[in-house]
Parts: sequence; structure tokens; C-alpha cells
Amino acid sequence: MTARTYGTRPPGMPPGPLRGKLIVVEGADGSGRTTEVALLKERLEIDGHAVVDTGLRRSDLVSAEIDRAKQGHTLGASTMALLYAVDFADQMENKIVPALAAGSTVLADRYIYTLMARAVARGASRAWAQELYAFALRPELVVFLDARPEILLHRSIAKYGSLDYWESGMDLCLSRDLFESFFLYQELLSREFAWMRGKYAFRSVDANRAPEQVHEDVLKLVAPLYDGATGAPKAAGVRRPASPAASA
Amino acid sequence: MPETPSPAHGYPGRLLVFEGLDGSGKSTQAALLGKWLAAQGYRVFATEWNSSELVSNVIRRGKKKGLLTPTTFSLLHATDFADRFERRILPPLRAGYLVLCDRYAYTAFVRDAARGCDPNWVRTIYSFAPRPDLAFYFRVAVGTTLHRKLASRQKINYYEAGMDLGLADEVEESYRRFQSRLKREYDRIASADRFTIIDSSRPVEEIQQTLRGHIRPILANFPTGAALTHDG
Repeated sequence: MTARTYGTRPPGMPPGPLRGKLIVVEGADGSGRTTEVALLKERLEIDGHAVVDTGLRRSDLVSAEIDRAKQGHTLGASTMALLYAVDFADQMENKIVPALAAGSTVLADRYIYTLMARAVARGASRAWAQELYAFALRPELVVFLDARPEILLHRSIAKYGSLDYWESGMDLCLSRDLFESFFLYQELLSREFAWMRGKYAFRSVDANRAPEQVHEDVLKLVAPLYDGATGAPKAAGVRRPASPAASA
Repeated sequence: MPETPSPAHGYPGRLLVFEGLDGSGKSTQAALLGKWLAAQGYRVFATEWNSSELVSNVIRRGKKKGLLTPTTFSLLHATDFADRFERRILPPLRAGYLVLCDRYAYTAFVRDAARGCDPNWVRTIYSFAPRPDLAFYFRVAVGTTLHRKLASRQKINYYEAGMDLGLADEVEESYRRFQSRLKREYDRIASADRFTIIDSSRPVEEIQQTLRGHIRPILANFPTGAALTHDG
């Protein structure tokens, strides 16, 4: 893939094309992202592609600060948005770009879009959020798992046994009621995702269905990125190369 | 692109900014000015932008693993500034104080530009920080700041010398080159953003009188109140 960003080029970014492919799976909490990323990774590896998976808030650099900030709820909106941006930049430069340069497929479980949606929901302007992440690499494909809020609600309860404080946007003080806050917050986020859909060329997949059905649709979007037939039904058995004796 | 993306703040307070290289004498002058203003009964709030615990912890961690890049370095300082701005600068500004900032967003603009970050990108990130009512730039020769540093036996910090950029193997030489880059950028911004330029080679007393002269127009119709507050 080309090493193009959404705007500014960070110093030190390799100029040439990157041999690997960056595939992003986006969607709200409970949209089935993590399940889909695992299925997709499995499929790609079976097909012989080296896959590096990545997500948000996994960088060594500031993850401790993010955890601390979340416990104390002490940081303001711009500060929190910037702290997440440090984390993302660190992952992009120290993990994503080197993996792509080495020819791996990088599967990102969420990317800048979630970070931008969260920042805007907390009062940042869209223009500011867009420019903040203008250094981010443009993915080859952004799959957006689109699920209704009621579906997200049930999956969230199944996952956490309740509703998560942050995923319900309780820090925004939209409502003191967790249940009501969840819906208001998801509405804010989905408004941002709707706006980004065209701007960032999201490919939407109906995620109100079972994981296998979602996976089938995602494979149809992923397959064209590879010369080999990823996702296409394989002939039974393993093909072996002809023996040297036979070809001599 | 406008040099200053942020509009005037419109809060009841006043924002006064002191910029310049390390060792340009800006902190001494800011402190003297704060004393004088407080003695006249103005509500003064003084704040500095030095490395916070957040930044120094992360930098220590990053340095050990060699993880910091110009982009993460820039964003990390922006995080720190945003935190200070939201907590230390905005509340007193809204409460009607004379807020004296020893370093402001311009420090980041020059430092990030010297590390090769896109200046328009950096400006936009800091667009939450309003334009100051008055900005002083303490102009000083790089040789003078190095001399002051060595004379007071201060250790030259790795990033202050721009050692991460590989400009020179030797710390003093790297410091000279990196600080010269900062100075060029300061000179450019000071003229584009119409800073009040202060010649740091003048005697302390003389500079202080100059500053007091420049601040008078800002104090017209500005109410006096309580004594000096410092964010220590």
C-alpha cells in the first residue's frame, strides 16, 4: 500500500510504498469488532499472510497515564484527546508502520475514527479532531460494523454484566442514569460515525446478525486486496509442489 | 495560513506571555513584573510551563526504550500544555486575573518545528490556546545562554540539546546547533505574530522598566484586586 497519510507527514515516515496492508475494523462497543478481528486474522493466516493485530490503548508509552487518568477522571477533554493521540502515534510509528514495511497485514481493532468520535462527543470540533489525526496512515480498507443501539445494549450487558461507565459516556454528564446515558452517548457517537462514513470511505457491514454472517460479508470486502483467493472456498486437501525428480 | 489561528480570548482577565530560549532571562523578568503588578494591587496569577511529572515520566520511559519520535514528543507536550491550560490558565483568565505565562504555546511551535513537525499541524493542535494580549520575546545569542548554563554548572538536558536529532555527537555542539534552530524559529514567529522583542543583553533593571512601559496600555481600565497568586 502507499504510505499516504490524511494530511501531514510525520518526520521519519518511510517515503516509499509499504509492502503490507492496513485493514481497520471499526464499530461501537458491542458491534462484534473483536470477534470479527479474530476470525479475520485466523482466515488470513491460514491463507499464508503474516498478520499483526493492534488496537487502541496498547502502547507501552502512555497506557499507565491513560489508566490513571480514567481512575481519577481528572483530565479535561482536550487533554484526554491528546493523551489518546500520543498513544496512537506511538503505536503507528513503532508498531504499525514497521509491520507494514516488513510486509505484514496489520489488522486494527479500531483506529483514529473511534478516537475522533469520542473527542467530538466530548466537545472537540470536527476540524480539530481531523487535523489532530492528519498524520495517520490511510488504511487500504475500513470496515464499519453497523449495529443498532438495542443490539449494542444487549451485547454490552452480556459482556460486562452491566453497562460500562466509559462506553456509556458517563463522564459527559448527559444523564445521571446509566441506561439513559448509554443511549444518548451511542447516539452522539453514531452521529460522528455517520459523518465520517463518506469522508473516510467506510465500507459498512450489517452487524445486527450472527458473527458468521458478518464474517462472510467482511471476507468479500477483504478478498480483492489480495492476489490469492482469501476467503474464497478452497479445494480440499493441500496442494504440493511437484517433486524435483518429476520436473527434471 | 494565519500565524495565529486562535482569536482574542474575550475573558475578563489578561494573558501575558514571556517567551525565549532557556537562559534568556525571561523568568527573572516575569517574576519582577509580577511583584510590581501585585504591589499595585492587581490580581496576578503567574504560571510556568516546565516539564511536568506526566511528561518527565513518559520521557524517561520512552528514552529507555528509544520510543519517542518528533510526533509523539510533540503530542506529549501538547497533552501537558492542554492540562495546564485547562487547569492553570483558563480559570484565572476567566476570573479576571492578569495571567503571566512563563512559556506558552509558542515554545511548542519552535521546538516542534526544530524537530521537523509540520508547523500548520502543530498550530492547529494548539488552537484551543487563545492569542495573548501581550507577548514578549527575550532575544538572546545562543552563545550567551550556553555560557550562562556552563557558568552556573547546570547539566545540559538531552532533549534541550536536541540529542535525539543526531545533529552532533558532542553535547555542547548539539546544544549550540539545536538552540540556533530554535532561535531562528523564535525570530520568525516573533516578527510574524508581532511580539514585543526585548534585547536580553541589556541590564536587568533597564529591561524591567521597558516591560513596565509596555504593559501600561493593557492596564488601562483594568481593575485592581487581591495580591499575587502563584501556582507553585
